[in-house]
Amino acid sequence: MMRLFAPLIAEERQAGQFIILQTDDDYGERIPLTIADADTAEGSITIIFQVVGKTTKHLSSFNTGDKLPALVGPLGKPTHIKNFGRAVCVCGGIGVAPMHPIVQALKNAGNHVSIIIGARTKELIILEKEMAAIADELIICTDDGSYGRKGLVTAALKDLCERELKPDIVFAIGPPVMMKFCSETTRPYHVFTQVSLNTIMVDGTGMCGGCRVNVDNKVKFVCVDGPEFDGHLVDFDNMISRLNAYKDIERKHYKCFVEKTFNQPVKEEQI
Amino acid sequence: MSHKSSKALQEEAQCLLNIYGPQSSSLKVKERQKIPAQVMPVQDPELRSHNMEEVSLGYSLEQARVEALRCLQCAKKNCIEGCPVQIDIPRFIGHISKGEIEEAIAVVKETTLLPAVCGRVCPQERQCQLYCTLGKSLKDIGSSVAIGGLERFVADWERINNKIVIPSVKPATGKKVAVVGSGPAGLVVAADCRREGHHVTIFEAFHKLGGVLRYGIPEFRLPNDIIDKEIETLSAMGVEIKTNFVVGRTRKLTDLIDKDGYDAVFIGTGAGLPIFMGIEGESLNGVLSANEYLTRINLMKAYLKDADTPVYLSKKLVVLGGGNVAMDAARMAKRLGAESVTVVYRRTENEMPARREEVIHAKEEGIRFLLLSNANRILGDEKGAVKGIECLQYELGEADASGRRSAVEIANSEFILEADTVIIAVGNGSNPLISQTTPLLTVSKRGNIVVDETQQTSMDKIFAGGDIVLGAATVILAMGEGRRSAASINKLLCGPAVETSAPSKGALS
Repeated sequence: MMRLFAPLIAEERQAGQFIILQTDDDYGERIPLTIADADTAEGSITIIFQVVGKTTKHLSSFNTGDKLPALVGPLGKPTHIKNFGRAVCVCGGIGVAPMHPIVQALKNAGNHVSIIIGARTKELIILEKEMAAIADELIICTDDGSYGRKGLVTAALKDLCERELKPDIVFAIGPPVMMKFCSETTRPYHVFTQVSLNTIMVDGTGMCGGCRVNVDNKVKFVCVDGPEFDGHLVDFDNMISRLNAYKDIERKHYKCFVEKTFNQPVKEEQI
Repeated sequence: MSHKSSKALQEEAQCLLNIYGPQSSSLKVKERQKIPAQVMPVQDPELRSHNMEEVSLGYSLEQARVEALRCLQCAKKNCIEGCPVQIDIPRFIGHISKGEIEEAIAVVKETTLLPAVCGRVCPQERQCQLYCTLGKSLKDIGSSVAIGGLERFVADWERINNKIVIPSVKPATGKKVAVVGSGPAGLVVAADCRREGHHVTIFEAFHKLGGVLRYGIPEFRLPNDIIDKEIETLSAMGVEIKTNFVVGRTRKLTDLIDKDGYDAVFIGTGAGLPIFMGIEGESLNGVLSANEYLTRINLMKAYLKDADTPVYLSKKLVVLGGGNVAMDAARMAKRLGAESVTVVYRRTENEMPARREEVIHAKEEGIRFLLLSNANRILGDEKGAVKGIECLQYELGEADASGRRSAVEIANSEFILEADTVIIAVGNGSNPLISQTTPLLTVSKRGNIVVDETQQTSMDKIFAGGDIVLGAATVILAMGEGRRSAASINKLLCGPAVETSAPSKGALS
């Protein structure tokens, strides 16, 4: 978790939006990260990220007071918020972070909000307290059963869909596979399911088209048309395949960077 | 083709200069017509297809003077008609012929701010050089005076000799102008408005300035140093620059006026929204828009070892499209080590929208052109990566609305082209970011911002120009629009414009 001083972004940002940052503005890559929270009084935004590659590794080595070479946002269309009635928010892993402002906004709009948080194991659950404080109902699922229900979030989601008062809307944010199966879970119940996509991006302003996804067989750009789409219409398989487009090169960059900067050898299985 | 070194060309020019130089002012038309057109020295094709250095090397002083002597100094200056910013072409060329380079660049700078850029990327063969009397008299546009080469020469001379004059700025007016986007249109507006004494802020979404000059046009055609220098001049004039700032998102357009006290806003956000073809297989890995490919390389420097942004190291790359962007992508792929690069275009070379020079350079560098063909679908392997393209053959039909002959597909003419990367370069739509976040702004059906003859949008105090108005066009047309917008803004802020001469709209469009 990191708080970034960015008063203009803090003021303008709305639920569902993201930023793009660089840890070096000459040779760095531009990576999109969702805004987890903002404090307008302090002029700060909060980002939560997992170290998965070179840039996130580098970012994690920044200290309080360091200056980020490039930060731009808020990008993407904000989440459409209104009083839907009963809303279910399903978050997988790090997806809890971007869901946090959505839950806040849904609650402020008067929704009944049930939250499902899923993780591999207890230690990986984040923001539980914050979410518990706003949710009407909080369900935790772990793959290994070390905390909450044992099993996948889709099982818990199915249970909520089976209830007499079924959800009016579902929000799902997490790994692509999780969002895909959440969408499949709600499809038979005809519950509108909104997913938030995080694809490969360069500019984040519609210019490159690298982030494109097929939604209802039409090409959409995640950065300017999204990042949120109707999960029942998204071609997840293609999106997942596209996320791996540069994996080999990215692995090599990560390995080189960690070995050079931190003087730690990196084994293949660690990346 | 024969390839002469800069030095050999310079020596030849020196000989010609010895003959014609002394009688420069008394040369007859017939004599001028006989002076050989000066060949622009270029890097050896084999060498340059493996480096990022500039392809065209620019005239020497001797070559520039000889070329300038070819100018007939016509009474009726047709060439000026062809220039979107109406540079006094015969006058600046006249100075060059006498070796008065400082005077020549001063003339150019009366009307254009970015001569080093325009001298390199303007399609002169469709503008000033198309109207050149010499070219007409010799019945060959290729024999027109090389106005672009001469413009580049004087601009480079000024920069290399540290003679760049920072334009004078009038006393502060207390008025503020916001310029959204730092491409060619925005840079011109910034300079023109700053000159009048207004406080000017440029807002750029990227971390680097220059817009399409930076992310789109490759280093080998327009070196970044040149863009940096132009921006240095703006900074020296006192223009404020804010990078990483997306107007519409970081701040609403209207907030710039309502909350931040800007008295006028210029929108020059360009045509950045790549068009895809809507064919099967377009979302396979290995299919990229030319924008993405070139941005990764030009802006993010993906071709360098130290850069984090990845780029495909393609072996067999196919570019779909026939414009300048297609040529840039193809030639860039060659420089990145692709074994084969093929440009696939529906019509013939005559209809290609790319500049002639770019097509010739591309051919010299070993780019293959597959004409009268187009992709029908892109084929993938089991991992979701591109493995080839199914193409169809085409023939030319009747002329369409644009005057170009249409391309008609030939039934059952399918053939397969092997490829591991496909670059789509079939044009750009208009970027929706500003219009999405500014509901009161009127845009056309295609998403272009609608402006009146003064470049004013449907909203008070808000002007627009360049590709966001024109659709994907050229650097110089964008600059022309910037010029006109700045004149309107200056008029709005301090009454009738005094200094800037605004060219009339559509001199050439």
